[in-house]
Amino acid sequence: MAKRIDLKDVDIYYGAFHAVQNVNLTVIPRSVTAFIGPSGCGKSTVLRTLNRMHEEIAGARVEGEILLDGENIYDRGTDAVAVRRTIGMVFQMPNPFPTMSVRDNVVAGLKLQGVRDKKKLDEVCEASLRGANLWKEVKDRLDKPGGGLSGGQQQRLCIARAIAVQPDVLLMDEPCSALDPISTLAIEDLIADLKKEYTIVIVTHNMQQAARVSDQTGFFNLEATGKPGHLVEIDDTEKIFSNPTQQATEDYISGRFG
Amino acid sequence: MSTVTGADLERPASEPPTRRISLSRRIKDNVATVLVSLAFLIAVVPLVWVLVTVVSRGAPALFSADWWGTSLSGILPEEYEGGVYHAIYGTLIQALIATVIAVPIGILAAIYLVEYGRGALARTTSFMVDILAGVPSIVAALFVFAAFISILGAPQSAFMVSLALVLLMLPVVIRNTEEMLRLVPDRLRESAYALGIPKWKTILRIVLPTAFSGTVTGVMLAIARIMGETAPVLVLVGYSRAINYDPFQGNMASLPLLMYSELSNPEAAGQYRIWGAALTLIIIIMIFQVGASLLSRFSAIPK
Amino acid sequence: MSERIEQRAPGSEGEEDPIVPSSSPVPESTPRRAPSSRRGESVFRFLASGSGVLVVAAIALIGLFLLIQAVPSLMANNANFFTSPEFSTGDANNLSFGIRDLFLVTVFSSVFALVLAMPVALGVALFLTNYAPKQLSRPFAYVVDLLAAVPSIIYGLWGILVLAPAIEPIARWLNTNLGWIFLFRTGNLPVLSGTIFTGGVVLAVMILPIITAVSREVFAQTPRFQIEAAKALGATRWEVIRMATLPYGRSGYIAGSMLGLGRALGETIAVLIVIRASTSPMTFSLFDGGYTFASLIASAASEFSQPLPTGAYISAGLVLFVLTFVVNALARVIAGGKVNG
Repeated sequence: MAKRIDLKDVDIYYGAFHAVQNVNLTVIPRSVTAFIGPSGCGKSTVLRTLNRMHEEIAGARVEGEILLDGENIYDRGTDAVAVRRTIGMVFQMPNPFPTMSVRDNVVAGLKLQGVRDKKKLDEVCEASLRGANLWKEVKDRLDKPGGGLSGGQQQRLCIARAIAVQPDVLLMDEPCSALDPISTLAIEDLIADLKKEYTIVIVTHNMQQAARVSDQTGFFNLEATGKPGHLVEIDDTEKIFSNPTQQATEDYISGRFG
Repeated sequence: MSTVTGADLERPASEPPTRRISLSRRIKDNVATVLVSLAFLIAVVPLVWVLVTVVSRGAPALFSADWWGTSLSGILPEEYEGGVYHAIYGTLIQALIATVIAVPIGILAAIYLVEYGRGALARTTSFMVDILAGVPSIVAALFVFAAFISILGAPQSAFMVSLALVLLMLPVVIRNTEEMLRLVPDRLRESAYALGIPKWKTILRIVLPTAFSGTVTGVMLAIARIMGETAPVLVLVGYSRAINYDPFQGNMASLPLLMYSELSNPEAAGQYRIWGAALTLIIIIMIFQVGASLLSRFSAIPK
Repeated sequence: MSERIEQRAPGSEGEEDPIVPSSSPVPESTPRRAPSSRRGESVFRFLASGSGVLVVAAIALIGLFLLIQAVPSLMANNANFFTSPEFSTGDANNLSFGIRDLFLVTVFSSVFALVLAMPVALGVALFLTNYAPKQLSRPFAYVVDLLAAVPSIIYGLWGILVLAPAIEPIARWLNTNLGWIFLFRTGNLPVLSGTIFTGGVVLAVMILPIITAVSREVFAQTPRFQIEAAKALGATRWEVIRMATLPYGRSGYIAGSMLGLGRALGETIAVLIVIRASTSPMTFSLFDGGYTFASLIASAASEFSQPLPTGAYISAGLVLFVLTFVVNALARVIAGGKVNG
């Protein structure tokens, strides 16, 4: 069920502003693809186009093709809601529904799909929380509000919520940037586990994190402020960090700019 | 650790790359869209209906020669003659006096809440502003009647009406000013303090002018709100068919009071005057409303 | 070092923000400040605080003066103030007045108006925040706000002269077909227009803008991250509203409705014009007539000459004041910090 994503000649615009230029890449199933690059290079923008979340910003539009197992998710007949149902997302800031209990947060997506069977919901809830490495910590307070957990726990709750609907792809937009080092480690371990089942795309500011968790890494850059961002290169993580093809990548990784 | 996730549970054997949303969910979503749009239409209907009624029935009076320049003094109930300038004057002068009293108090109270107020007194004040905003106009009128007319022995007059209007205006002025003051960035205040300018001068010279146009907008909206008030004029001043310039003595007409008293006029000319006065009142209120919203366009505070 | 911090902590925790820059006038410590400036500061501070206190005092004085004026009449009252349905003040030496029917008509008409206005206001607020195209949202909101700008006397005139005849067929249909429900049976009026039903519809129109305005404001504040969380799960527009907007905005919607209720309870002139007086007590039918607190006071306003009868009306006004105070205070408590105004 883990699916492959191909981006072909993708250009992204916000109104008249050309945000990202001519991206071509392939996200491989059951692996972790990391996007790195300086601020404003468009890596988060590209990530948000993968489940059409960028449409939330007025005037945003995409040219080119984004194929999910060969089907263009921007086809006229395809509904953004259906796309998001298939491609889960974890955000920079943990965003559990504050009024819902831990349990209701996890099964929120399933309930949307009309699953009412309490036994099934409980099963999925436990499985997802175990999958997110959170079960042991919250099993005694499933009925407490999700907003009462610590930041790291909230983020794992959001991951549990995302995997509870069995998505084909999991997008993570800097999922650790608001967390402490220990929580970050917990999430990174979790990512390593999750890739056995899911296709994962992660945006990160932290190069060490990209090196630790990903199988392939794409480096985004922009020539100057106001110019569109573009993909400099994408390759096996090991190769990017040891022997990149492009000088710009090497400069960024060795900390010579950015 | 093993990843026993929801993925292990049953799912359909074959499926398209993006899954369809179920029919019932789509129906619910569409029904909601229809209902919500319908609600907006329902809200617009009475507005249009009222405005069309007032304009169509009130327009004839406005085009008569005497409407804007004479009073109803000496006009018989059944005569299609006379005008309402005495009532326009009353409406405007009562609002003006109320504004003159309410605006300084309101702005000062807002300054207190934003710049000085701390602790229990400020919380109480803020709470009471909300309560005052909910005080019915008839209660405000009764209060003025009880305090000034019954106990202090003041005569009924337009001024008493203005006092009741002050109570109705204050919360609107305070809340609007407060909001504008809070929009003034703290760095403006801090840069003034750093120059050794005392706090009160900072407020008067820097904070208030920055918030000025927004405050004026709030005042105009408050005026628009009180000009249509009928309950205070019913309780606190007698109706006069002739002009009375003195707000401190004697009966004085105002547009709402004129409409109310013509309501007991059985002649067709009464209807003519009621709707004419209604349209006149709406036009005056609209002038303030539109003025306020034009001003608010220019009231953006520099960031 | 750490000990000193610990010692300071308990003292500085309870009081609110002693370190906010604006709360302590920075130039205070400047030694070369002119004395006139210090006097200016204290005068200005006094004026500002005084105005704040004045608002608090105004509320207290309203209650106090109404009470002072009401007590003598209440002492001279021959009827039970709370349970008597009659309100007769014609003979100053034989006052007999009670607020039972005033209270019932006031609450009945206001609650009916609320029942009509709440769902529409919810729909309008959601339409403005979640459905209307972005460029049209503001002008549309302005249109709804204009409803609040129309004076209540005009609503009253429109209500009795235009709306009442138009909705009389509906009233007749309800009365004929659903008359077995107590709400729709024939009331204490010989006709079906100028009833609580008519008045409630007019009141609903009048309180619609305030409920809408408050709800709209709170709905619009729904944090983006909550909306995105719902969307990322594949929620439809309506489901996003159910999962994010409504849980966040529920308290604001209820608070707005309470404010609307407060407005309806105190509405005077429109009710006075629209709802007919009735000689017999109310029967809990929507087709009853009668007086509300406010409309009764306004109807008698021209006869406020003798102190005792006037005091009877003032005592009714005092009850209305307390009623609206409670409703508005509740609204504020429910809203928490989300609603301003």
